Amino acid sequence: MNAVTAQNLTKAYGSETALNALNFEVREGELFGFIGPDGAGKTSLFRILTSLLLPDSGQAKVLGLDVVADYRELRRWYGYMPGKFSLYQDLSVEENLHFFADIFGTSVEENYDSIKDIYRQIEPFRTRRAADLSGGMKQKLALCCALIHRPRILFLDEPTTGVDAVSRVEFWDMLKRLQANGLTIIVSTPYMEEASQCDRIALLDGGTILETDTPEGVSKRFDHPLYAMKADRQYQLLKALRMYAFTRSVYSFGEYLHYTDIRSDFRPEWLREDLAMLEFDQIEIKPVAPGVEDRLMELMEAG
Amino acid sequence: MHTDSPIIETEHLTRRFGDFTAVDNISFDVARGEIFGFLGANGAGKTTAIKMLIGLLLPTSGTASVAGYDVFTQPEQIKRNIGYMSQNFSLYNDLTVAENIQFYGGIYGLRDDEIARKTGELLELLQLTGVRDRLIRDLPVGWKQKLAFSTAIIHEPKIVFLDEPTGGVDPVTRRQFWDMIYEAAERGTTVFVTTHYMDEAEYCNRVSIMVNGKISALDTPAGLKTQLKASDMNEVFVKLARGGGGV
Repeated sequence: MNAVTAQNLTKAYGSETALNALNFEVREGELFGFIGPDGAGKTSLFRILTSLLLPDSGQAKVLGLDVVADYRELRRWYGYMPGKFSLYQDLSVEENLHFFADIFGTSVEENYDSIKDIYRQIEPFRTRRAADLSGGMKQKLALCCALIHRPRILFLDEPTTGVDAVSRVEFWDMLKRLQANGLTIIVSTPYMEEASQCDRIALLDGGTILETDTPEGVSKRFDHPLYAMKADRQYQLLKALRMYAFTRSVYSFGEYLHYTDIRSDFRPEWLREDLAMLEFDQIEIKPVAPGVEDRLMELMEAG
Repeated sequence: MHTDSPIIETEHLTRRFGDFTAVDNISFDVARGEIFGFLGANGAGKTTAIKMLIGLLLPTSGTASVAGYDVFTQPEQIKRNIGYMSQNFSLYNDLTVAENIQFYGGIYGLRDDEIARKTGELLELLQLTGVRDRLIRDLPVGWKQKLAFSTAIIHEPKIVFLDEPTGGVDPVTRRQFWDMIYEAAERGTTVFVTTHYMDEAEYCNRVSIMVNGKISALDTPAGLKTQLKASDMNEVFVKLARGGGGV
């Protein structure tokens, strides 16, 4: 059975289309990622799937329950971590946890084993007010509160935005362990490198799903030979390549630029010679495997 | 470009809150015209350090000067002579695009004729002339970001501080924003930037990494990768921030 099915899901705010006829399925036990920037529609989608916002048209089922007709039943079974920190700042760590257990009619004691791996890391601070926690600790507490009623599906809206690179790695490790215990997890992120952590991803931009596949499948659809290049003056190189007659695309990618050429018989030596004429030095050009970010930018430019 | 005296100089800069030392004895310089990446894990002390450098928080001890002004005795001069863009972009949602530009021109002390000229120039440059009378709240995030950066440097400061300027924007817009940073640097503006995107750390001339209140490494991206035997800046960051050890 699918954990989520959406058919022609549509939502507009006045004249602004937030979601434009989305169709997708998430399988039970899957770690599924919505990858896209601010304004892509991620939050509207998550709020519809958690029955907190009504779609204008279309249908969505979560765990077989209709998000409009069966909302009461549905709300017992999902955990939701909104993008904005939404716990009670004036309550302590343990008060927040007890509060969320209470409103779901259960207790922390009853479900302690389901959160203990994560909760142990913040337990030393259990009497501290949530407002006084660091970003990483707030995130762990919010995850505990979303898990305390033993949900079958977890919605995490940009859980790692603004979180440093080390804490992000730790957070994904936690998600993998939760998934191993059978939980279906739907997560959104603006960080492309996190896409590879998901079983499947949907690229979302401007309220439209551009593509849905495994991260490897998405990357493979970038079907132009891609080259990583650098030289002694990297920003000048970027500017020069933007002016170059045979450039198909060029983008900064950390230490390197990612470059594709319009010539079907392209050979890197040609480019190297042309760049040497422009007095670039220490030129390095090497083939590189495209990633999710290469594909997303290609799709965005095409759209 | 780097021959003048440093635009930021700190010696043993320290800030304590009660018995907690948020910034612990940091000493570093930033050269004029440099793009300087200021990295660190959440809670490492970055925000506290930046607040001291922009004149919003007095240090407990040590010395620091920014754009030639002392952080202890001349915080007001510092505020007038730097640009600052926060991660929330600090534009006024209830003002229009043009009104936001005029507002920032006003608080940075530009004359009325300068404000009028700058407003026209910026709208043109950012291709926002068509939406000059739209409220900020109705703008896409990428436009807000470019406008926030432009208003932060409307008074042509010698240095601009950017606190996580690219959070949440799409990969194309993020790169366009870095073009603006490069262009500002080419005009001679020093750029002091924090980010959680490790590919962006590669775009900086030099990068410092804070761990537990101290600067545990400071070098060019290439230098850091060599020192830590890492293939990219993400690996550098993870090794330093996780190990807690310095280089």
